[in-house]
Amino acid sequence: MPPEGWFRKRSKFSAAPAAARTAANAVPEGVVQKCLGCGQILFTKDFEKNLKVCAQCGFHHKLTADERIAYTVDEGSFVGFADNLRSVDPLRFPDYQSKVDKLEATTGLNDPMKIGTARIKNVPCVVAASDFRFIGGSMGSVAGEKIVRAMEAGIENNLPVIIFTASGGARMHEGLLSLMQMAKTSAAAALLAAHKIPYFVVMTDPTMAGVLAAYASLGDVIIAEPAAMIGFAGARVAAQASSQKPPEGYQTAEWQLGRGQIDSIVHRREMPDTLASLLTMMGCEAIESPAPQPPVMEGQEGETPSEVTVG
Amino acid sequence: MASKTVLDFEKSIADLDDNLEKLRQIVADRTHPENTENLPGEIANLEDHRTAILRELFARLTPWDKVLLARHERRPYTLDYIHAMTTDFQELHGDRSFADDGAIVAGLARIDDIPVAIVGHQKGRDIKQRQFRNFGYARPEGYRKAIRVMKMAAKFGMPIVTIIDTPAASADVAADERGISEAIARSMYEMSALPVPIVSAVVGEGGSGGALGIAVANRVLMLEHSIYSVIPPEGCAAILWRDPERKAEAASALNLTAQHALNLGVIEEIVPEPLGGAHRDWSLTADRLREALVRNLRELMASSGEDLAKQRYQRFRKIGQYHEDAIEKRNGHKPHDGG
Repeated sequence: MPPEGWFRKRSKFSAAPAAARTAANAVPEGVVQKCLGCGQILFTKDFEKNLKVCAQCGFHHKLTADERIAYTVDEGSFVGFADNLRSVDPLRFPDYQSKVDKLEATTGLNDPMKIGTARIKNVPCVVAASDFRFIGGSMGSVAGEKIVRAMEAGIENNLPVIIFTASGGARMHEGLLSLMQMAKTSAAAALLAAHKIPYFVVMTDPTMAGVLAAYASLGDVIIAEPAAMIGFAGARVAAQASSQKPPEGYQTAEWQLGRGQIDSIVHRREMPDTLASLLTMMGCEAIESPAPQPPVMEGQEGETPSEVTVG
Repeated sequence: MASKTVLDFEKSIADLDDNLEKLRQIVADRTHPENTENLPGEIANLEDHRTAILRELFARLTPWDKVLLARHERRPYTLDYIHAMTTDFQELHGDRSFADDGAIVAGLARIDDIPVAIVGHQKGRDIKQRQFRNFGYARPEGYRKAIRVMKMAAKFGMPIVTIIDTPAASADVAADERGISEAIARSMYEMSALPVPIVSAVVGEGGSGGALGIAVANRVLMLEHSIYSVIPPEGCAAILWRDPERKAEAASALNLTAQHALNLGVIEEIVPEPLGGAHRDWSLTADRLREALVRNLRELMASSGEDLAKQRYQRFRKIGQYHEDAIEKRNGHKPHDGG
């Protein structure tokens, strides 16, 4: 046992120098942050102005569903719906309810998936965005139901549907009910296609497993953000299952583009223009700043405005 | 059935099986005719004893026991059922694009004289077959073959039967490279709208998306001791508790038995297995499965193609449980009576 303090001077991780450093470089909390891609210290103000993309290395940081909507759709155009759906604990799965309760309190969300109508560069559409903070953006009964309602709203209102994915896959805490959401959402995508409604998927980091193997892979156009992880199983499982070593860049958006699995990789800043350009060529018309309208939902005529949460 | 795999909880009956076999052999051989006159009575006694033990064992199977039964090496596999249940089976190979996947078989056959397309996961029984079948882990070309054959069946108005028995879809680099996710998604997407009856039967392992990829049916049946799960119990335990050895606990938490699936409204019917499990009597199991499949097919064949597609869409559309405002929405899908 070495005497106390033996290594203190040599270790840059020891308590005293760290405390000294913090004191010396004291900045108000939240003013700067570190890029998760290159480690560069970035001013939060600039970072957010740059849509949470590192100015140094271009790393696209994860966004909350609210940030995603704010960075993508025309200001003030988003009208959310189905925000009142909440998870139940159908299997009485260990620690599930407490996890959901805690996340509802910390994130202010009921579920990873946020859906609504909006305009992107004046093109009206239905938008869905997933929030990775909520149990890894996993798809349980609520997320599956919301995806389907978003698609149904697209059909009812003749609006294109754009889904921003960010998910580890199906939510195991709801067992088979989560698994079945894969079929439910894929079937809804088929219905959308039968109505010739444009359906776009924007894969953000990460888009995996039960979400990738369902509605996420069924877009007419599939766009990804740079370096997003996109894959069926996690890299560790894939390595175990493979005789070969996973190649460099395995399961990145760039790798998937090369394998023919996605249409393009688009910088976050270019996303609204890219989406609007494709949508208008597909016949979706841009309109001059209309007032936001709550969507008409099938079988829910006479819905009182209080039941439609405006986000 | 060359392999003599015996599960832990089956050990007490394995000795009885052996003794019974020896006694029967003695009677058959007539090597000691002077001592065999009491043997038939003794055999009957032993058989009764064995039945009593099996009844007791199978009355208290845990979810993990069911996992082991569903994966039992002597359990009948898809081709065993096809050969036992159908006539005129013509296997159809390949996805017309890349390869023929041995982990999914497809073809046309007659079941009770109804011409159908039949598609199912296939596991192998010996080492060579297991490799050829990729241990039942289907690859993208398997799902693409499956949906190719199903779409062809729809074109000719033929009903579709799918047989589910896979640990999971292939998760290796090559599968990802060829779009395993898209292949599964596309298969579900296409199946959802086919204008013909589709009946699926989970006969062993219903392993997550790999199983569901060919199970978007009007009606889904499960053999009594088969399982259907969003994730293998080992994987669930590894994620939840960072300990794959807590798989039995995970199996309970996941509600993966046929009985749970029925309660959740995810399947319509449980097909009872012979006492002791499907592996103890292949032909009785196949008879019961055929009866259930044919009955369901004939009922569905009375509907129009359009209604079948709509019913199938609504079947999945309704699955899920959540709160909406203060009202808890329970699954609206009402299961039929089992058996």
